[in-house]
Parts: sequence; C-alpha cells; structure tokens
Amino acid sequence: MAIGRRAVLGVAAAGPLALPAIRARAQGASVKIGLVAVQTGPQAALGTQLRDGFLQGLKHTGGKLGGLPAEVVMIDDELRPEVAVTKVRAALERDKVDIVAGVVFSNILAAIMRPVTETNTFLISTNAGPSTFAGRGCNPYFFTTSYNNDQVHSVMGQAATDSKYGRVFVMTPNYQAGRDAAAGFKSRFKGEVADEVYVPLNQLDFSAELAKIAASKPDAIFTFMPGGLGVNLVRQYRQAGLASIPFLSTFTVDEATLPAQGDAAVGFYSAAPWAPNMENAANRRFVADFEAAHGYVPGSYAAQSYDAAMLLDSAIRKTGGKLADKDALRAAIRAAEFQSVRGNFRFGANHYPVQDFWLCQVAKRPDGKFQTETVRKVLENDTDPWAVECRMR
Amino acid sequence: MLVQALNGLQFGILLFLVAAGLTLVFGVMDVINLAHGVQYMLGAYLGASLAAATGSFWLGLLLALPATLACGLALEFLIFRHLYDRDHLAQVLATFGVILTLNEAVTLLWGSAPLQVATPALLEGGITLMPGLQYPLYRLAILAAGLATAGLLWLLVEHTRAGALVRAGASNRPMLAALGIDTSRLFLLVFGIGAMLAGFAGMMAAPILSVEPGMGDTVLILAFVVIVIGGIGSVRGAFLAALLVGLVETLGRSLLPELLRLVLAPSPARQAGASIGSMLVYIAMALILAVRPRGLFPARAG
Repeated sequence: MAIGRRAVLGVAAAGPLALPAIRARAQGASVKIGLVAVQTGPQAALGTQLRDGFLQGLKHTGGKLGGLPAEVVMIDDELRPEVAVTKVRAALERDKVDIVAGVVFSNILAAIMRPVTETNTFLISTNAGPSTFAGRGCNPYFFTTSYNNDQVHSVMGQAATDSKYGRVFVMTPNYQAGRDAAAGFKSRFKGEVADEVYVPLNQLDFSAELAKIAASKPDAIFTFMPGGLGVNLVRQYRQAGLASIPFLSTFTVDEATLPAQGDAAVGFYSAAPWAPNMENAANRRFVADFEAAHGYVPGSYAAQSYDAAMLLDSAIRKTGGKLADKDALRAAIRAAEFQSVRGNFRFGANHYPVQDFWLCQVAKRPDGKFQTETVRKVLENDTDPWAVECRMR
Repeated sequence: MLVQALNGLQFGILLFLVAAGLTLVFGVMDVINLAHGVQYMLGAYLGASLAAATGSFWLGLLLALPATLACGLALEFLIFRHLYDRDHLAQVLATFGVILTLNEAVTLLWGSAPLQVATPALLEGGITLMPGLQYPLYRLAILAAGLATAGLLWLLVEHTRAGALVRAGASNRPMLAALGIDTSRLFLLVFGIGAMLAGFAGMMAAPILSVEPGMGDTVLILAFVVIVIGGIGSVRGAFLAALLVGLVETLGRSLLPELLRLVLAPSPARQAGASIGSMLVYIAMALILAVRPRGLFPARAG
C-alpha cells in the first residue's frame, strides 16, 4: 500500500527559500517528519486540523526545523491500526523519516508505539494522550504535546465542584473511553451524581435520554460525545429546551464540530488547555495566520500540532542539527524551549505536558464563526495522575 | 413514559421512511440494495446544500426530491440494471461498492466535517410535554410527514394500477412479465421512488441528526431489521415493524437500566442495561422470526 502524498515543504511553503533548501538537501542535512493524520472516513476533519496545524508551524519557521530544511511525509492511518503500522513501518524503513509526529486517536498510537520507538525514533503525539503511556508504560522516545485524556475529564469535575453544582447527570457512550470519561469526571467532582447513562456508540436519537434528564432536573449535565454523536446531542438538547441546564462536556463542542452545531452550542462548556482566544503573542499570530491560510477556525488538534512543530524547531536548533545524537535530542525536546500557544508549557517526568487547564465556553464571534473561549482557569500547572508511576529509563 | 412512547413513535416513523423504499426494491425487484443508506445520505446532503443555496429549507426540500429521484434513476440505469439476473452475493458486493464510492465522493465534494441544517423558522420551538422538557415542533412535523407518506404509499400501492403491478411483481415476477408487462420500466419506477423516499427521509432527518459521510450506514442496518420483521416487500408490514422497532429501541433504552437496578447494583445495572437495551431490537427480531419466519406480513405468495 502506497504512502499518501508527500510535500517537500522547503519548496512548497517558502518560494524564495526553495533554492538553498534544495542545495542543503544535496548535502544530506535535512530532517524528514512522518506526519500521521487520519484522512479517510468520518473523523478525517480532525486529521485535517492536525495536518494544517503542523504545516502552519513549518510555515512560520520558514519550512525549516532548527535550521534544517524539513520534509513532511504524510501518513493516512485510515483509523485502522493495522494500516497505520504498515504505513509507519514503510515510512521508517523506506523513506527513512527521522521523527514521527501526529496521531489523532489513541488506538492508532497504541499500534505504532512499538514499531516507532523500537527503532530509536522519536514519536511526538500531537493529540492522542492515553494513560497507557503516561504511567508504567512511559517511554524515553515518546512525547506528547496534548494532555492525558483523564486530566481533561477531571478538569470538568473540578469546574463543576467550583461552580457548586450539587447534582450532575452523567451521560457517555458505552465503551472504554466513555467509561473513563465518567470516572475522570467523578474523580474531582464532590457533589452527587444524579444518574449515569451509557448510550451506544452509534446512537442517533437522544430523545429518550433527554426526557430522563428533564425528569431528573439536575443542576448540570456532564457528557463526552465525540464527533457526530456530539453534533446530534447538542442540537437535540437545544431543541428540547434543556439549554437552561448547564451543559458541561469534554471533546463534544470544539472547533471541529462547531461548524455543524452552530448556534445550538452557544453557551455550552468544555474543558481544554487551549482556546483560540487566548491572549499571548504566539497564539494571536498562530490563529490569525491559520485562519487566513485555511479559512476555518483552528481547534486544539491544530494548536497542539503547531506547538509540536515549534517544539521540534527549538529542539533541533538546540542540538545544532545533530539528529543522530538521540540523548542530546531527547534532552532538548524535554527542555521545551519554545513559545507555546498555550502560554505555560513544560514536560513532566513522563513526557506529558504539565500545563494549565481552562473552563471554556462556546461563543459566536462577530464574523459569524464559532469558537470556544476561556472562562476561567480551573487547574494550574497540573501534572497528570499517572506521572508518579513512570520510571523513565 | 408517555414522552418516551412518543419518542419511539417518531423514531419509528423516520425508520419507516427509509425502510419503505428498501422493502419495495427488495420485495418487487428481489435486489439486495445495500446502497439504500447512501441514498438516504445523498438526500440529506443535497437537501442541505440546496437549502443553503436557496436560503430556504422548504425550497431545498422541494428541489432535493427530484434531485434524489434523478440520482436513483441514474444509479438504476448505470448499475442496478445489470444486477437483476445475478445472485444475491453479486448484488451485495456491487451495492457495497456503491456505498464505498459514494461515501468517498461525498467526502471529496462536501468535506468530512458534519454539515449543519437549520430547523425551518416555521417549526422552531416546541410544546411543553412535561415541566422542563419541550417536544420540538419539528419532530411532530416528522411524525406528520411520515404518516402522510404512509397514507400516500398505501393509496398508491393498494388503489392504483401502478400499485397493482408493484404488488403483482412482489408476489410473482415471472408471471407478471409473461403477462406482457414491461418489468424493466416498472423496476426503474420502483427504484426511483425508493431512492426518493430514502432521500426524503434523509432531508427530514438533517435538522436533528448530523449530516456526515457514512450517516446512512447505521440507519441501513435498522432499516433491514424493519423490513425483515415486517415481511419483505410489504409496505404495511414495514410500517408496523418500523413503529415496533422504534418503540422497542427507545423504551428498551430508557426502561431496562431501571428494571435491572432492581436486581443489580446501580453502576453495573446502568452499563448492562445500556448494552442489553441496544441488543433488544435484534432479540425482538429473532423472536418474531422464530414464530413467523417470513415476517409479520409476507408479500410473496407461497
């Protein structure tokens, strides 16, 4: 099976730089990144965000990473672990990529973890952040620029506690990540759980659950409904006239689903380490240039990938472009000396970020587009709960 | 409870709109059309785009109907026509190919992000059924539209010449052809109407469900359950079976966790209840087929 498209970004991103870039390649001093992003199926929108975010980062660094001309090999994992493994192996062995980055979904990350790290190649996840690799399974060749999934759900639990909600109705899909979401929320929520409802992953119509919510009259609801599930739920929740009950969610209302949810989602809450409206120079530049180039509002998938590009840029520069010295490169990545669009950013002992988490709310911007905006900081410099179990070799 | 029953009815009606076309095509033409769900998706996408282009939901709906009809006719002419004489396996493979192709085509044309269709202003708002819960007017409109469609189909199938041909085709096709009826034109008509019904269902569902590639696939499975329970080829059977499936789905999902809580601890009861709730439709199908192997109202004679 062929690797998807390739883009020689030194050429594509910056016209004037093209010539020196090619000359540098001839000398062999360049860096090749394998970017894993799902481009097939209903979740492809997330992969597109991830890809565009990373490429935006490369544009800001002039198509180079730490001074080396960068080439990106796109890898479409098709959201199928076995396909991801085959394609990533081909990228490592045939295309000789120096670093693998990207990955939207945890199951894909779990599949390519060993193939990549066993060849002593660095793997930078820009979205998937399962607990598996945060505790005992932490790996010296693995970093993530996103978060640990459990953290995000627990942030919402903390936010519900801070808002003094007494009774919260919990509704998640009936699979592992859904049950983890409910558990993560409850880990920091001090009030009473009014009811817990689990729905099938392919649920279309939520009217039965909405009637239950109305009957139980909670102070708020907590839900985790990724992708199309969230689009259906948010619209039906609004149509059922339940919007007066605060809608606390994780990965349910974000920049990838908001175009479809539109007005129905305005005022709904989510938890995240980043939002497009964050006030810092790096973020303002990222959001403005991203929107100008791609015509849509970047989400966390794009922001974390942009950060990954900036992280690699800083790390490779720090080592003086010596990609072969793995220990030096690891130390340089761990130092994370770059301006994150999130403001605060450093790596914990398990190579997961230690960062602030925010309560965010969906708002309609003056130009008619929708985005999440920060309401208040919920957790400061939060380390994920698994970090203590990690013994990094 | 009453609210849940209403929810179940409304979901059943939506299923009926999809299943009616499927049962006609399957029953009359003896073609397994897995691509029916894709036609549902096409209806939603065409409706969404046309509504956005014209600025009016109603105009979009009106234009989407002939558009889906045209798509259905084109599919029949290009692909299905060549499948009538093949066995079911070939039909399944070919129509599965149509699913893959059209899903991918939709992704290329419209992108993979879900689309938004606004509820028409006329049907904005809702009526209060119980304190704190509104029943959206639009859902009532779906109920009404479904019932009207069911009525129209019944008239068409039971009381017109074309309907008589369709019923005859469902019960004994070779005899119909022997009597000098142009079956290929009849098939074209039936397939076109089936596609239009699916498209209509997709368009009606667009404001409450997410319009995205692959949206037809989940509906398709339930639609097959409906036509198998109802008896293949029978519109009346499809109607009753759709209501049954809608009610079993909705009531099962809402009541089972409560029932299980009587015998289990709350947390496992919720998870087990949710799991069994989603199996319930298939359990019901198995039971009905055990008692009536040809479904509730089989159309085909002996």
